[in-house]
Amino acid sequence: MPDRVSIRIDGELIHAKLGQTILEAASATGKFIPSLCHLKGLKPVGACRLCLVEVAGVGRLLPSCTTPVQDGMAVTTRSERLDHYRRMILELIFAERNHICAVCVSNNHCELQALAKRLGVTHVRFPYSYPKAPVDATHRQFVLDQNRCILCTRCVRVCAEVEGAHVWDVGGRGVGSRLVCELNRNWAESRSCTSCGKCVQSCPTGALAAKGYAAEEMVKRAETISRLVEAKGARA
Amino acid sequence: MSKARVATVWLDGCSGCHMSLLDLDEALIDLAPKIELVFGPLVDAQEFPEGVDVTLVEGAVSSHDDLHLAQKVRARSKFVVALGDCAVTGNVPSMRNQIPPKQLLERIYVDGVNVNHRVPSDGVPPLLKQAVPLHEVIRVDLHVPGCPPPAAAIGFVLTELLAGRKPELAGKVKFG
Repeated sequence: MPDRVSIRIDGELIHAKLGQTILEAASATGKFIPSLCHLKGLKPVGACRLCLVEVAGVGRLLPSCTTPVQDGMAVTTRSERLDHYRRMILELIFAERNHICAVCVSNNHCELQALAKRLGVTHVRFPYSYPKAPVDATHRQFVLDQNRCILCTRCVRVCAEVEGAHVWDVGGRGVGSRLVCELNRNWAESRSCTSCGKCVQSCPTGALAAKGYAAEEMVKRAETISRLVEAKGARA
Repeated sequence: MSKARVATVWLDGCSGCHMSLLDLDEALIDLAPKIELVFGPLVDAQEFPEGVDVTLVEGAVSSHDDLHLAQKVRARSKFVVALGDCAVTGNVPSMRNQIPPKQLLERIYVDGVNVNHRVPSDGVPPLLKQAVPLHEVIRVDLHVPGCPPPAAAIGFVLTELLAGRKPELAGKVKFG
């Protein structure tokens, strides 16, 4: 079986490696597909649905981060339908929690905000839900603000897969889902947290942040996670 | 050429959006001859007038007065602009939305002070249950996000509207 396949992305012929996902193949050729839960180096989960693409012959939209390439596949990454759904997803994310950007540590350095701008969101058409969401500031160095969490689970995965501690998980159901520390303890009471801060660096919004920063001051380096994973892979 | 009748309205916001409008500086001199400012915190009018061409609304809808004024603005304006994050998203004023108004006011005016333990009621409008973005109560024709929106964005919006075009802001302005 050949280890290379030919696919078309937006009409352009691309040679991808077998086993690659559509998202990987697209970004390898410099094509942009919006995503929030994807972080290079972590296992893809298809949580945010922003990377949905159209695949010829498939009736439903597929998340490009979890769909492997197949020979002869024809993928569309931009269309009116996709733009429509992606904007809707972003607006629903904003409506689901209390994203008060003006007072957020990650204002202007936020992946959610940047994507909203890029995809042309100027307001949220759905009524905001204004949930009562807690802030866990018990950890000495870091703080978790559930108001800003989009449940991308990057922190869950980086902690479990890279650090090996698995401090984080998601508890609850539906809109009541919340990021939980171990079996729903305060962060300070965690027995497995190593205070490495990888969860903070991987978080696309201001949900996880280091203490001591005011609004707009928290700049994260999610790419260091990707580099770390790459370096670990090279050593193994 | 007749002047465009422009109004500005200050609901639950910090006036920062109005400051940003004033930050247009010398560009205001070019706009001034084309505009008649008929209502807002920058002029004296007491009653929101009829027949307004463009109204810029700053602030979230937070009290009964805000709601009534917003409805009047819609009824009497051809084009309504939600100016800034409070009008567009609720922003900082919406941070009270998890707390019932009665509890909130008592926490501030009864528990939070040493003298005069009383929630003010004279001359202040009752709060709505939640502070909401403008488009949740009236139809909005254009959203200009930003906290505050940069002066250049406000200038662009006004210039385009005066030229009879609807400004296209999607992808150009930061959201939230």
